[in-house]
Amino acid sequence: MSGPATRSTPRTIRGLAERIIPPIVLGSGFLGIWYLISYGLLEPRRRFLLRPPHDVLQVGFLEWDNLSDILNALWSSTKVAMIGLAIAITIGFVLAILMSQAKVVERAVFPFMVTLQAIPILAIVPLIAFWFGTGQTSRVVVCVIISLFPIIVNTLFGLQSADRGLHDLFTLHHANRLTRMRKLMFPGALPAVFAGLRISAGLSVIGAIVGDFFFGKGEAGIGQLLRRYANQLQGEELLAAVIMSSALGVAVFLFFGWLQERAIGRWHETTTGVG
Amino acid sequence: MPPTATSTTTAGSLAFEGTSMVFPDGTEALRDISFTVDRGEFVTIVGPSGCGKSTLLKIASGLLEPTAGRVHADRDHLGYVFQDATLLDWRTVRGNVELLAELHGVEAAERRRLAGEAIDLVGLDGFEDHYPRSLSGGMKMRCSLARSLTLKPPVFLFDEPFGAVDEITREHLNDETQRLFRTEDFAGLFITHSISEAVFLSTRVLVMSARPGRIVAEFDIDFDYPRVPELRFEPAFAELCGQVSVELRGSHS
Repeated sequence: MSGPATRSTPRTIRGLAERIIPPIVLGSGFLGIWYLISYGLLEPRRRFLLRPPHDVLQVGFLEWDNLSDILNALWSSTKVAMIGLAIAITIGFVLAILMSQAKVVERAVFPFMVTLQAIPILAIVPLIAFWFGTGQTSRVVVCVIISLFPIIVNTLFGLQSADRGLHDLFTLHHANRLTRMRKLMFPGALPAVFAGLRISAGLSVIGAIVGDFFFGKGEAGIGQLLRRYANQLQGEELLAAVIMSSALGVAVFLFFGWLQERAIGRWHETTTGVG
Repeated sequence: MPPTATSTTTAGSLAFEGTSMVFPDGTEALRDISFTVDRGEFVTIVGPSGCGKSTLLKIASGLLEPTAGRVHADRDHLGYVFQDATLLDWRTVRGNVELLAELHGVEAAERRRLAGEAIDLVGLDGFEDHYPRSLSGGMKMRCSLARSLTLKPPVFLFDEPFGAVDEITREHLNDETQRLFRTEDFAGLFITHSISEAVFLSTRVLVMSARPGRIVAEFDIDFDYPRVPELRFEPAFAELCGQVSVELRGSHS
């Protein structure tokens, strides 16, 4: 069995090359096809449909006015996503803990969670606007609804995953519910909790953008900006904003992967997927 | 409940008196079990799989209530080693060994001292800061043993603890269990389906029948302690194993 020491062996140059060359090749091919479409397939007057990469870079990222618009909108959406995620985590933890303590709560809550999860988010956007207006609150509500389910399901699964023998051990030594939760169920649930968090964090970013796309009042985020660029046929800015949105999603995913490694990497065989 | 105290045993550290167990689904797991284990005794129960051996330990520990009969057990600081090591993955060896003392409200400094002692006793010194995932199966079992030892248990229950480790590790663990039994002086009740393990470790071997589990034979094992590993190859040892085996097969049919 390998000890923890063998895990962090520095990668060889060869290993590193093997890891980064394939995506570079694929990325270059992708850029090549992009150029081919922009210059080869589109007539000059229709070229606004797909501006070539260097134009996107020039207009979207190197012109500070445009970039600062995108960054401001992105920051606004990030705040919405984080607030929504924080609320979803709070509600999700409380519900999952209650469900793990009493089967009757689980039986009562679960069908409604599944129902809520099954509603297409676009279907309830009008309802949310109707109840909460079209300001920040509604944006946050969309985030909460879209990111709640994975947190509840994964946390509950984690809390219920503690070994039967360990439960017996805690029973033998007269541990009360709180001790059992603190020292057995909660730490044991952490790997599953983090799995849920990473899914939900990504969803909360999507929720923030989707919500922003439909709700016009309050601080405009990246959704409003995307809509404006699309309406005004600003192809370079539109593509730059899309790229930055996905970069935000990736950043959030990586952040939670890093957090997971920090929190439970010492004892849990993590499969971080990336990195 | 009918009066079932048929034996006149005065309560030892652990005593079963006419204990029977019928599960709610009608499965009769144990029928009229009576025996005692005193301090300084190491009793092993051998029996076929599914004969209710583990149920017997659960009753001894209080995890299950028998449907008839009684159990006396000094359960205050019960030692109990399960089939699996049942360690907390997020705690180091030291953290795991400290767990029970923690649950019993022992203060930190004393806890650490007890854990240190127990870790030395099972030969895990040097591995205090390792997490379970970097331990071998045998080391995990040692850690599990150490965890119970911190309580200085007057009664120690072993539920087929070495079933999952390889033969060589099992023999090492048997040697160590025997040594612990001599130094810690507990009343030991050990469950196994390995006859040689039973004879090697015990002062007394009880043979249990297939379900419903009953005690069908009893052997006193008189070899002197400390018992050396080579004992396993002596004719007297082989003969005892043979006798136990005959009883075990008889109980099977």
